[in-house]
Amino acid sequence: MTTRGVQRTRVVRPIECTQPPASVRREVLAARPEVENPASPPVLLVPGFGYGAWAYAEHWLDHIAERGFAAHAMSLRGHGRSDAAPDADLRAYVHDVIQIAAGLPRQAVLVGHGAGALVVAMALSRYPARAGVLVSPVFGGFGTALSLLRRNPVGAFPGLFGGTVRLGPRQLFSRALSTASAREYADRLAGPSRRAQRALVRRQEPERPVGDPPVLVLGSPDDRMVARTALEQVAERYGIAPLLFPGMGHDLVLDARWREPADAICDWLLKLP
Amino acid sequence: MTNDNATAPVAAIWRGGEPVYDRGETVCVIGAGASGLAAVKNLREQGFAVDCYERETAVGGAWNARSGRGPAPASTHLITSRPCAQFPDFPMPDDWPDFPRHTQMLAYLERYADHFGLREHIWFGTDVVRVEPAGPEPSGVRPAGEPSSRWDVSISGQRGGSSRIMRYAAVVVANGHAFLPNRPSYEGLAGYRGQTIHASEYQGRSQLRGKRVLVVGAGNTGCDIAVDAGQVVTTCWHSSRRGYWYAPKYVLGRPVDQLAIRVQTMRLPQRLRRALTQRALRLAVGDLTRFGLRAPDHHFAESHPIVNSQLIYQIGHGGVVPVPDIARFGRTDVTLADGRVIEPDLVIFATGYVPTFEFLEPDILKTGGGARPRLRWHLAAPDRPTLAVVGLLQPDTAPLACAHWQSVLFANWLRVLDTAPERAREFWDRHAGADERRYHFAKVSDSPRHRFEVSHLVYLRALEQALNDLEAVK
Repeated sequence: MTTRGVQRTRVVRPIECTQPPASVRREVLAARPEVENPASPPVLLVPGFGYGAWAYAEHWLDHIAERGFAAHAMSLRGHGRSDAAPDADLRAYVHDVIQIAAGLPRQAVLVGHGAGALVVAMALSRYPARAGVLVSPVFGGFGTALSLLRRNPVGAFPGLFGGTVRLGPRQLFSRALSTASAREYADRLAGPSRRAQRALVRRQEPERPVGDPPVLVLGSPDDRMVARTALEQVAERYGIAPLLFPGMGHDLVLDARWREPADAICDWLLKLP
Repeated sequence: MTNDNATAPVAAIWRGGEPVYDRGETVCVIGAGASGLAAVKNLREQGFAVDCYERETAVGGAWNARSGRGPAPASTHLITSRPCAQFPDFPMPDDWPDFPRHTQMLAYLERYADHFGLREHIWFGTDVVRVEPAGPEPSGVRPAGEPSSRWDVSISGQRGGSSRIMRYAAVVVANGHAFLPNRPSYEGLAGYRGQTIHASEYQGRSQLRGKRVLVVGAGNTGCDIAVDAGQVVTTCWHSSRRGYWYAPKYVLGRPVDQLAIRVQTMRLPQRLRRALTQRALRLAVGDLTRFGLRAPDHHFAESHPIVNSQLIYQIGHGGVVPVPDIARFGRTDVTLADGRVIEPDLVIFATGYVPTFEFLEPDILKTGGGARPRLRWHLAAPDRPTLAVVGLLQPDTAPLACAHWQSVLFANWLRVLDTAPERAREFWDRHAGADERRYHFAKVSDSPRHRFEVSHLVYLRALEQALNDLEAVK
């Protein structure tokens, strides 16, 4: 697979030696399949900013286990039940993902949603994953920030300065999800660290993955946060086209038709070379 | 990867009356220590089939203390801090201590082998007896007239059994350089009646109790053993030939290697960076001549740093007595260079190891006359680029990172050699200058102990450039 964008292989990363991110306790929820297939790689689910492992625990975690994969959902530092980390930057989040992935018994599949997909994309360039899955990826950038501002000026404005972006339920979910559920989920969101939030104002360009893993990009043309062009740009980096789920919102993990993207990922994983 | 084996009858090739089993495009890796494991993983990642031979029954090499061949006595902790000690693409758990124990290091390597499914490619309890350039190919396999770039590897089981010859497209030598003890020679040593052992035979403190011990060598192992001895014996002399820089494990509350890298990556002239490092060390450690140690006769970073916080402490408590070099051995005593005579019961030579490649003709690695192999990037023989040595170097820190990127470069190089041989050769010739480089900020002394010394930053930057250059010709 060829990857657009940054082609250079980076060998020297002195900062990882001199300033390793602090060790924290991280929340990991796991669901095991009834019959373990040694050929099936473990799946690590990384939530987007503001979410915790709970978002996957609603539906995807058990469903992916039922489909035969050992599934793990984590909370980035400062999210869910992981330790608080008000000063965390993207590098610390990437560190969290690689720490959990390297602790799994076999090479893991990394799945990330929203800005968690950006964290996964960055982790792919540091850890040779079995595969990478980017769900409604938010790679940041002025375009994303502008469209957020246009749709929800009050909620999005503080994000420009690292403040918490408050997302309304209708920005995240389609009409198919009941208003009560949508509001309940949206209310559970808590912001990431200011530094991480501010990093998204600029478009992030992850380095290319190590070990050439297969990559899958999923999204919805009706996503109110990630424009279709942004989705296609991300997919293009990996030389592929995005898999589309029309009618769904930004949050493919919790939206009413969550089963379709989850099944699409499992089907794709079963066909891995 | 296609295997010629599948189509051609295997017994079509013979060598000296023995059948040669052709393993096609498979690559052979010798040794399943840290470097060997990295080679297996990175060759697999580039799509190569791999046969790895390990003479022990477990992975870990030098860290496998059970083998009795490793240089790691039971009390050893790393002198490299965790973030600098791990493979760059497979971090150690970050709740491990700054300086993990050697048992943790072994557990880490075992987890690496399992995580990437490497064990199924390793043949345990198998010795590599000989590695020779392959004989002439049967017609049709390679263009006639071209010298073979392939290798015949003779292997035999550890518990006897007949040997067999396998033919490989390439060989990675990762047999390590710390298993054949370097035993120095001294006047009168043969007639000495006291007990002498090499550091590799050192088992732990119980071996020392109640004895008067002389530890020879001020390398990291020598200092570790002296510190061990200082706590249990009546007298421990510690002999060193020259003055060294003794770095503590922590400076300003940070592991010393992390601080050193921080200074080395500052955008300052090299002289200023060196002055800064030496100043910080002088502040932290002070003047060591007060303790009877000699002043360093070289700049910091010109030789492999000694990282030991406890040696000075033990000297201060009288547990360890620093003494100069040994002049000669008597029947029961040892005369030192300054004329003092001491009577130890046990002499421990912490005098390091000599690399050995008994299965290779000396001219292949250019080791003739015991000189250090002249390899491109400390990695591959310039005229036989399908044979690489991984891990045969002594970086100031980050040894696993160096072995990792060495094997990544070699695996990528083999891939390009396979798909675009012309451009691969051009690339190889273009980097001929790499053979003479020393990969160091400083001028490194040329003593045998410093033969493979590199600054990991300079070295990894060179590998990065080579790797990206190779990427461009793919």
